Amino acid sequence: MPTGEIDVPYVAKLARLALSPTEIQRFGAQLGALLEHVEALQKLPIEDVAATAQVIPSVNVLRDDVAQPSLPREVVLEAAPQRQGSYFRVPQILGEPG
Amino acid sequence: MSDVLDRGAVEIARAVAARETSALDLTEAALARAHQRDGAVGAYLAITDEVAREHARRVDARLAQGARLPLAGVPVAIKDNMCLAGTRTTAGSKMLGNWVAPYTATAVQRLLDAGAIPIGKANLDEFAMGSSCENSALGVTRNPWDLARVPGGSSGGSVAAVASGTATFALGSDTGGSIREPAAFCGVVGFKPTYGRVSRYGLIAFASSLDQIGPIAKSVEDAALVYETIAGVDAADATTVARPVETARGALRDDLAGVRVGIVREFDLAHLDPEVRAVYEQAYRDLEKLGAELVEVALPTADYGVATYYLIAPAECSSNLARFDGMRYGLRVEAADVGATYEATRAAGFGDEVKRRILIGTYALSSGYYDAYYVRAQKARTLIALDFRTAFERCDVIACPAASSPAFEFNAKSDPVSMYLMDYYTIPMSLAGLPSLSVPCGYVTPEGGRTPLPLGLELTTPLFAEAALLGIAHAYEVGTRHAQKQAPPALEAAR
Amino acid sequence: MSTTSAPGRAALQVDGVAYEAVIGIECHVELTTETKMFCGCRNVFGSEPNTNVCPVCLGYPGALPVPNRVAVEAIVRAGLAFGAEIPAFSKFDRKNYFYPDMPKNYQISQYDTPFAVGGVVSFWLPDGTQRSVRLTRIHLEEDTGKSMHAGSADGRLGGSTHSLVDFNRAGVPLMECVSEPDIRSSAEAVAYLEALKRTFVALGVSDVKMEEGSLRCDANVSIRPAGSSELGTKTEIKNMNSFRSVQRAIEHEVARQAEALARGQRIVQETRGWDEGEQTTIVQRSKEEAHDYRYFPDPDLVPIEFAAADLARWREASRAIPQVRLERLISRDKISVVQAHQLVDTPGLADYYEAAVALSGAPQATLNFVLGELSRLANETGVAVAGAQMTPQALAEIVDLTTRGAIGSKTAKDLIGRVWAEGGSPAKIVERDGLAQVSDPAAIDAFVRDVIAAQTESVENFRNGKESVIKFLVGQVMKTSRGKADPRLAEERLRTLILETRGE
Repeated sequence: MPTGEIDVPYVAKLARLALSPTEIQRFGAQLGALLEHVEALQKLPIEDVAATAQVIPSVNVLRDDVAQPSLPREVVLEAAPQRQGSYFRVPQILGEPG
Repeated sequence: MSDVLDRGAVEIARAVAARETSALDLTEAALARAHQRDGAVGAYLAITDEVAREHARRVDARLAQGARLPLAGVPVAIKDNMCLAGTRTTAGSKMLGNWVAPYTATAVQRLLDAGAIPIGKANLDEFAMGSSCENSALGVTRNPWDLARVPGGSSGGSVAAVASGTATFALGSDTGGSIREPAAFCGVVGFKPTYGRVSRYGLIAFASSLDQIGPIAKSVEDAALVYETIAGVDAADATTVARPVETARGALRDDLAGVRVGIVREFDLAHLDPEVRAVYEQAYRDLEKLGAELVEVALPTADYGVATYYLIAPAECSSNLARFDGMRYGLRVEAADVGATYEATRAAGFGDEVKRRILIGTYALSSGYYDAYYVRAQKARTLIALDFRTAFERCDVIACPAASSPAFEFNAKSDPVSMYLMDYYTIPMSLAGLPSLSVPCGYVTPEGGRTPLPLGLELTTPLFAEAALLGIAHAYEVGTRHAQKQAPPALEAAR
Repeated sequence: MSTTSAPGRAALQVDGVAYEAVIGIECHVELTTETKMFCGCRNVFGSEPNTNVCPVCLGYPGALPVPNRVAVEAIVRAGLAFGAEIPAFSKFDRKNYFYPDMPKNYQISQYDTPFAVGGVVSFWLPDGTQRSVRLTRIHLEEDTGKSMHAGSADGRLGGSTHSLVDFNRAGVPLMECVSEPDIRSSAEAVAYLEALKRTFVALGVSDVKMEEGSLRCDANVSIRPAGSSELGTKTEIKNMNSFRSVQRAIEHEVARQAEALARGQRIVQETRGWDEGEQTTIVQRSKEEAHDYRYFPDPDLVPIEFAAADLARWREASRAIPQVRLERLISRDKISVVQAHQLVDTPGLADYYEAAVALSGAPQATLNFVLGELSRLANETGVAVAGAQMTPQALAEIVDLTTRGAIGSKTAKDLIGRVWAEGGSPAKIVERDGLAQVSDPAAIDAFVRDVIAAQTESVENFRNGKESVIKFLVGQVMKTSRGKADPRLAEERLRTLILETRGE
C-alpha cells in the first residue's frame, strides 16, 4: 500500500473543493491518521479474493423502453440557482470537457 | 387524544380504522405535541403541519370509502435525507437548505399509501455522515435522556422523535450503523433490513452499496409492521431484490427455544466500561434464560470493518456528492467562472465531515491509488461477508453490543477516527449487507451523569432472514421489557 | 523541402520520403430508443428546451438509474453485426469529472467491461478495393446535456461570458464505437463511417442523423514513414459533424502534420477542434486539471449477463446486416461494388433481391430487373419494390421465362408492369394469354413476309445498303407479332427473306 503524504491540493482540485491553507493542513493531518488506520488492511490475505462491488448478487435488472412522464419545466427551472428563459444559466465555461 | 398517541403503531392504526378518532384529529394532537415538546429536543428540521393535515384528510376520506390502511393515522418522522414531494429535503446540509423535493421516495410513498401521517422531517448528520448528529449544518438535536448528550447518528432526529414521543415511528437510513447506534443511544428499536430489501429511490445517497432505509420504533412489533410496509422490489431501484417479503409480524415469538445465539469471540467485552459490560453480559444471560443456546463464533476479519468501510463509503460518497455543484438546484456561490463557482459552492455548502469523506474517497479512487485502497477494501469486504457466512453455519443470530458506550456528551469526540470507531460493532454487518437491529437492553448511569442512559443489544441474522430476526428480537423485548422500565427525562418533563 | 498530400492513399511525402496516415476513429452514436438510457423521459430531438427531464436525468438528490433494455440490446446487436465478441459479464462504471452539462458530474459508462469487444468493419472504396478496419470495442454510455455559449461570436466557447444549458439530451443512450488505427486516408475514414451508418440504420439502433448530432466523431491522426510499424505522435481531432467535415478535417490535419515534419518541427500530442467555417483545426483549450476520471463500478446498477439463446438469435438476425450482406453479394454473386451498395442502401431491396435469387438461381439477370425495371416502377409509383405486388417469386418466374427464351424483353417489361399493378403469377399469365415468345421460324416468317410486303420503301432502302433500316423493320415485326416474336430470329429471317425476294 502506498504511503506518504496525501497531495491534498490535487485531490481537492479533483473534488472541486476550495480549501484554505489551514484547511489543507488540518485535513491533510486527519486524512493521514485515517490512512494509518486503514494501513491495517495490508495484513489481510487478499491475493485470490474476488472484489465485492455489490454484496447481494444480482444481474440483468433492466427496464422496458416505455416512456414515463417528465417533470414540468417550470418546476425544474424554479429550482435552478439561475435561469434564463427556458434554460439553466451557468457561469462562464473556460474549457471543453475532457 | 394524547393517550391514543402514546400507543404503538399497530394500535393507533386500529383505533383510527375503527373511527375511535379521525386521522385529522389525531394529527392535530400529534402536531401540537411535536410543537410543544420538540423545542428542547430539536428532533425536527421542519414540522410539516400542512402536509400532515392534507394526508390526514386523505386518510379519513379513504377510510370512509372502506380502504384498509395498516398505518392509518400513525404519525411518522422522516429522516430529512428522504424526499417528500413539496417539502424541503435538506440532508442536513446548507447545500440543500432550501431545496424542495419535486418527488417522493418510494419507501415514504409506501408509508403514505398505508395511511401514515408525515409529522416532520427529522434532523441528521449532514448527508448521513456521522455518529452523533453533531454534523448537521441546520440544527442541533439533543438526546431526550440527557439533553447534554448527543442522540447518536446519523439518524439522530429520527430516534429522538420516537424517544420523545412526537412520532410513533420514524424512517432512518443506515450506511454503517446510522439507525442502530442512535436507536441504542435513545432507547428505541432501530432496524436495518438486508441491503436491497427497501428501495433507496428518493433517499439522498451517501454510499450506494451500503445505504439502506429502515424503521425506528418503540417496539419490535411496530418495526415489523413498518418493515412489511416499505420492503419489496421497486422498479425505480435496480438494486432492490425481487424476492417475496415474508410476513414479519407472523414470525414474532415469545421465547427463544431452539435458537442458537452466536457470541463473537473477537468482540471482547473486556474492552468496555465495567458497567456497560455488565449490561451486555446480563443481556446474553437473558437470551439464554429465554431458551436460547449461546455458541461462540469467530469473525476474524470484523476488526478490519472500520478500515474497509472508511475506504468504500467515502469513495462512493465522493462520486454521489459530485452532483451538488450549484448548477441545477441548491446552493450556488457565484464566482468568476464555472470551475471557481463549483469550488466556492462546495466549500461553502459542505461541512468538514463531508469534505473529509469526499477528499478521502477521491483519493482512494484516484489514479495510482485505486487498486491499493479501493480494490483492496472491496476484497476485504468479501472476506468479512464470508466470515459471517461461516459463523451462521453455527448459529441463527449473532448478538453483540450496538455501541461500545452509551450516548456521549456534545463535542466529546473531536478526532475523526475515534468517532469512526463508534461504529465498530455495526459496520461489519453493513459491509456484509445483513439484516441487523438494535433493541434496548438496559441502562447505565455514567460517572458524573445525571440520568440513566439506555444501551442497545445488536442482533444480526443471515441475509433476508428479517422475519427470524424480528421474531427473536421480539422474544427478547417482551422477555426483558427494558423499554418499559424507564422513560426519557425529557419526555417525563413534558408530561 | 517539399510536401505533398492527397486525400486518397496517394503519395503523401515528407522530404521525398513516402509517408502514410494512421487514423483511428471514435464515434458516438445516439440510439433511437423511445426513452433515455436510465429513465423514462422521451428520447426525441428538437423538443422545447428542458421539457424531457426528470429527477434521474437531472441528477436530482435521491434519484437512481435503471438501464433501458432496448439500448443494452442495441449495443450487442451492433457488436454481433461486426463479428464482435460479447463478453459473458459486463457492468456499468462511473466516469467522474465535472462539467455543467453533465448533471451528476459523473457519466455512467463502461470502463473495462464493454458489451462488445473486437469485430471488423469491411467496406469497399469507390475503386472497388476492399478495406477492413478492426474495432476495439463498442460500449454504452449516457449523453450529456447541450450548452449554448452566450456573449461570444458565433456562440463559441472561447470568449463567452456565460452558457445556457438544455438537459433534454442528458441521459440519451449513446453508443461509443472505437476503431483500431487501421484507417489510412480521409476517403477510407468516410467509407468506414458510411459502413457503420448503413449497419446502424439497418439494425434500427440509430437513425444516424449527423445534422441532429446523433453521430459525432473524433479522430486520432498521426503520420509515419510508409511501411513503418511504429506509430507517430497523434493529435485528436474533435467537433466533426458531417462526413464531409470528417474528410476535410483529416485531410487538413494530415497535411498540417506533414508540413510540420517537413519544417523539422515535432508533432505535439494535443486535442484540436475542427472549425467548419475556417476549414482548419484549432488547438482546444482543455479542462485545466489532469484527466483522472476515477472510474469505479456504479454501485446503483447490477452487472449484465446475456443469455446464450438471445445471443444466438441476434447473431442469426445479423445475417441481414449490410456489412455481412455486402460481403456475401460481392463475393458470392459477383455483383459489382457499386450495385451491391445500391441494393444494400435501399431499405428492403437486398432482402427482395436475395429472396428472388434464391428461387431463380440467376444473380445477374435478377439484379438487372431489380435495379432496372423494378426500381424504375418503384420511383414512378412511390411503392417500394419490397412492398409491391410483384413478389420475389413472381420476379423469379420472369427471370426464368426470359433466360429460357420463352419471353422477350418487351414482354418481360409489360409483364412486370402488369404484375406490379395487379399481382399474379407471370408464368400463368404468359400461358393463359399466349404471350410466349414466338421462336418457330415458320411463324416468324409469316410476320416477316407481311412486313416486307407492307414496307416496300424501307425494304428497298435496305437493299440499297442502308443497314440501319433493319432495326426499324425488326420493330415492325415485333409490332405485327404484338411483341411475341423473338427479335433475334426476326432479324435473321428479315435479312434472309429480303435477299430471297430480291428477284421478284
